[in-house]
Amino acid sequence: MSTVLDERRAAAQASPRPRLTRKPLRRGESRLHPLTWFFVLAVMAFSLVPFYWLINTSLKAGASLGAGELFPSQPTLDNYLVVFRNPDFFLALRNSVIIAVVTTAVALVFASFAAYALARLKMKRKALLLTLILSVTTFPAIAIAAPMFSIWREIGLYDTLIGLIIPKLTFALPLAIYTLTSFFREIPKELEESAYIDGASPFLAFRKVILPLAVPGLATTAILVFISVWNEFLLAVTLTTSPESRPVPVAIAFFNGTSEYDQPIGAISAASVLITIPLVILVLVCQKRIVAGMTAGAVKG
Amino acid sequence: MTSTQKLAERPRTFVYDRAERRLAVRMVAPSLILMFLVAAVPIGYAIWLSLHQYSVRQAGLSRFVGLDNYLDALSSGAWWSAFGQTFTFTAASVSLELVLGTAMALLLNMTFRGRGLLRTLVLLPYAILTVVSAITWQTMFEPTLGLVTTVLRGLGLPGGDIVWLGESGYAMAVIVLADVWKTAPFVALLVLAGLQVIPDEVYEAAELDGSTKWTTFVNITLPLLKPAIVLAAIFRTMDALRVFDLPFVLTRGANGTESMSMLAYTELRENRLVGEGSALSILTFLTVMAVSVIYIRFAGGNIRAAAQEKQ
Repeated sequence: MSTVLDERRAAAQASPRPRLTRKPLRRGESRLHPLTWFFVLAVMAFSLVPFYWLINTSLKAGASLGAGELFPSQPTLDNYLVVFRNPDFFLALRNSVIIAVVTTAVALVFASFAAYALARLKMKRKALLLTLILSVTTFPAIAIAAPMFSIWREIGLYDTLIGLIIPKLTFALPLAIYTLTSFFREIPKELEESAYIDGASPFLAFRKVILPLAVPGLATTAILVFISVWNEFLLAVTLTTSPESRPVPVAIAFFNGTSEYDQPIGAISAASVLITIPLVILVLVCQKRIVAGMTAGAVKG
Repeated sequence: MTSTQKLAERPRTFVYDRAERRLAVRMVAPSLILMFLVAAVPIGYAIWLSLHQYSVRQAGLSRFVGLDNYLDALSSGAWWSAFGQTFTFTAASVSLELVLGTAMALLLNMTFRGRGLLRTLVLLPYAILTVVSAITWQTMFEPTLGLVTTVLRGLGLPGGDIVWLGESGYAMAVIVLADVWKTAPFVALLVLAGLQVIPDEVYEAAELDGSTKWTTFVNITLPLLKPAIVLAAIFRTMDALRVFDLPFVLTRGANGTESMSMLAYTELRENRLVGEGSALSILTFLTVMAVSVIYIRFAGGNIRAAAQEKQ
């Protein structure tokens, strides 16, 4: 069953780039103009230098922090030890993982049904519904955070993980529906039609035929939703106050050094580096998926 | 085809049609109900809160004040300066992101050794936490240990003594820079996707007609890219208007960098003014929605055209 998709993917991958050949692909540009090389290097520098400086700062402690050396003369892992000795850092990691995993899972379950109906089934006012769903993703989070702050404090969900998961769904769910809808649209319509002819009900066709084919799309959507929930800051900072429920972005923003005399920027940089490593690995491994997901909804409308 | 066959087919498709529509409603309903509960209900409650004044000292004590909170906000300097600073930030960062993102997309669309590496590299800033990107640029512009200060001093250039985040114009510039660094790749990827669907024949024809590279770019590439660029502009604008993380970490809203969301947050959480904070949140919400309506009104045709082309 998956061969159709595999073939499409293989065809898509094979056609646009014969990599090692020196022949030009477009507009006869096989060799780059020196000026273009300059731009390539400039873009690389712009992307990488700030990362380098963050790492550089995280490796300095004490006097060398303020010395402004391009390369740390006495690199030290002290800042990393400070982070590892801070129990709040691990609490925040745990909180973030729970919040992001649960939110993503709930959003994906709800969204896979809704997106399938919006992409494939006959339905009234489909365009209006999609517009409505998309418009929710542009809501400023403060308009949700402000009332939630009051509601949660009244009913005791303030500063709890569940109290953070629920409002995060406000943005995770429409994002998931929107991205998944464009993935469902790509699956050939003939597959359901043949399932109908074999006597399957529309729901059985969805569950047995379409859903298995949509696994790559579901995975991509899960990655995008996970990153966006992980990254979200305003709801997190408004609705939590203690280390027991603070997720990573808030914990880092409020991170302190060991003592008041310490320049916390070293430790903050170290915590930032540590928290960025898994995301960098995720991007390296899932690069193609992430790009496909980010552009799928956009280009296909 | 005999008439009996036709008769036999008709009820069958009809039944499927109805079953399909019923299934569609059942599949969409849970999401719509959930979204109503987590989006519409809170915003409705925020409107309710914004019409009241709450005692800071005694919990639960409140009185109805009508639109007073809104009138207070709209006649205050704080709201309008946050409003202005948010739009300054949005205009500066979105236009820079569009220019830089399009340039990056054009680079990534060329074939050269190391293109794959470049694609990965530009994607990295997009994936990291916005808070971390703020901290990253904080280390770049720190007065003593920042790279910018270090380099300026090392080369004996002016500006080595500037406290970048401590001065009005510069603080905004750093925040814009941090935003451009993080999100120009997003624009680049959208534009790149638009570039890749332009057929090669268009360029071949232009070359045959003796068009120079620049005229080809201005007269052919850019118009064909317009839908992708407009879409990127919409996504980025809606996101920039609710900027919060960057000023929160870099300046806490000081030195001319208070955004609308920052102001509402400060009133609500730090000053514990529930009514006033809610009114400011609703004003922020209305501002963002107004901009999106304007966008759809003026650029909606573009998006629909792009969507139809793809179908």
